[in-house]
Amino acid sequence: MKGAEDMKYILMMNTMKAGCEGFPEWPKKDIEAHIAFMKRLNKELRESGELVTAEGLTFPDQAKLVRAGKDGTPITDGVFPESKEFLAGYWIVDVESPEQAYTIAARASAAPGLGGAPLNMPIEVRPVMSRPCDEFV
Amino acid sequence: VTPALLDERCEHLLRELAPQVLGAVIRRFHDFASAEDAVQEALVAATMQWPRDGVPENPRAWLIQVASRRMTDHLRGEMARRRRETAAMQSGYVMPAACLGNETDEDDTLILLFMCCHPSLSSSSAIALTLRAVGGLTTAEIAHAFLVPEATMAQRISRAKRSIKDSGVPFRLPTSEERAQRLGAVLHVLYLIFNEGYTSSSGPHLQRLELSREAIRLTRCVHSLLPEDGEVAGLLALMLLTDARRAARTGPDGELIPLTTQDRMLWDQKEISEGTALVSSALSKGSIGAYQLQAAIAAVHDEAPRAADTDWPQILALYELLKRMSENPMVMLNHAIAAAMVHGPSNGLELLRALDSDARLAGHHRLDAVRAHLLEMAGDHEAAITHYRVAAGRTTSIPERNYLMTQAARLSESATTQEGTIPRMDGSVRDWPVAEWTTRSAGTP
Repeated sequence: MKGAEDMKYILMMNTMKAGCEGFPEWPKKDIEAHIAFMKRLNKELRESGELVTAEGLTFPDQAKLVRAGKDGTPITDGVFPESKEFLAGYWIVDVESPEQAYTIAARASAAPGLGGAPLNMPIEVRPVMSRPCDEFV
Repeated sequence: VTPALLDERCEHLLRELAPQVLGAVIRRFHDFASAEDAVQEALVAATMQWPRDGVPENPRAWLIQVASRRMTDHLRGEMARRRRETAAMQSGYVMPAACLGNETDEDDTLILLFMCCHPSLSSSSAIALTLRAVGGLTTAEIAHAFLVPEATMAQRISRAKRSIKDSGVPFRLPTSEERAQRLGAVLHVLYLIFNEGYTSSSGPHLQRLELSREAIRLTRCVHSLLPEDGEVAGLLALMLLTDARRAARTGPDGELIPLTTQDRMLWDQKEISEGTALVSSALSKGSIGAYQLQAAIAAVHDEAPRAADTDWPQILALYELLKRMSENPMVMLNHAIAAAMVHGPSNGLELLRALDSDARLAGHHRLDAVRAHLLEMAGDHEAAITHYRVAAGRTTSIPERNYLMTQAARLSESATTQEGTIPRMDGSVRDWPVAEWTTRSAGTP
């Protein structure tokens, strides 16, 4: 039997806050090309039986940093440093090797940006703690 | 009969009949992939209708009839589609009749198992297809058990069917030369299904009952078809002897409880006696295999009324035998633990040193976990803490990481409170699942 056991990986697409905010100002055809690319990628991952879930996240201006106050009530803080990397979206895939997860991440990284040029975004890939635990006899 | 009981009886009957019905439909239509879909639809129809209208007089015939009707509809649609196409050439879509042998209905379950566990499939595809085609589970149930969306699982199953079609596997029993190798693949898939159910921990859930139950049911079925095969009996025994400890191996919050501290009153004595009888009878027949030896080891553990009563010399002897049969590094690790329990921790640590250069274990958390355990036994708590922590950082299982971090914390606290340097001979002994290893590519934990 070939193939290792499946493992789940999370692929986190990070963009700089500045880069993320630039997106809505791209020309229409670039935005459309980017959206079409992401849709196609997700469709292909579903068809290959690898997709567990994929979510896109709102822009940084919707984000709040939350901490518990003294009495446990939430204290929200909307200020994000400009330079901070920002999670724009993520995929969870179920694949047979880390290399397969890296290949998918590289495809997502090369999503088209301004003028159709690949963005080459950094995609952080980490195993999800999903392996069956070992038998403790 | 209450509706719930009827439901359960229906479910049992449907799973029992699924492979027989599928076999019959394949014989009639010579098309595995479409027949499998049609039978799945018939099973779904039965789950809707039978609890309401009662089980038909001949449930098998009912299912074959419904599935055949679906097949006819499908083929009609297919023919219409082909007529529309200019190149309506017959593809490899339909299995040639010449591929069909003269097997009887009773062989169908086995033939299907050999097909679904074909070595050309990845283990995850083989597992999914086996559960659906032979186990009669729905795609939704399988997806739920493996915590992936139904659409993803459906794609995985149809891809598996496509590769079976492409590989041109005939629908018949393998030749006697192929038999042993192919049966090995079947047993391996059944073992993986059991293990997934027994030890799974995607998220906080430690056990997924239904998968283990299904694996035991299917293995029981193979055992009844091949009662003389020692390895089939060995695998069934191993599953029963392991499953017997299910209630004792996790705490109220799903935390791992190692063998040595389990409440043995919770062990299922019925499963233990069945498993022990199976493995004893298999071993007495002569041809010893790896599943039988693992079952024998599990039986020795299960026979001890208290952890301290464990017959470690016998376990060590069984691992010596197992080591001679396989190059599996998990066997080596378990052997080192048994050696430590018999001859003392330094002997076990010595054996571990020999594994340091094994590329298959490089960076693997189990080597660190076993070393930590043996170092603790030897009283070298500082080194044990280090290795528990390294292992915790390398595992990809949450309950296991919790367990390893807790071990490290326990030792480091007892060190600061100047507590015992007494070696804990009760230990947190474990046997690593052996077959699981073979499916993981070397070096990737």
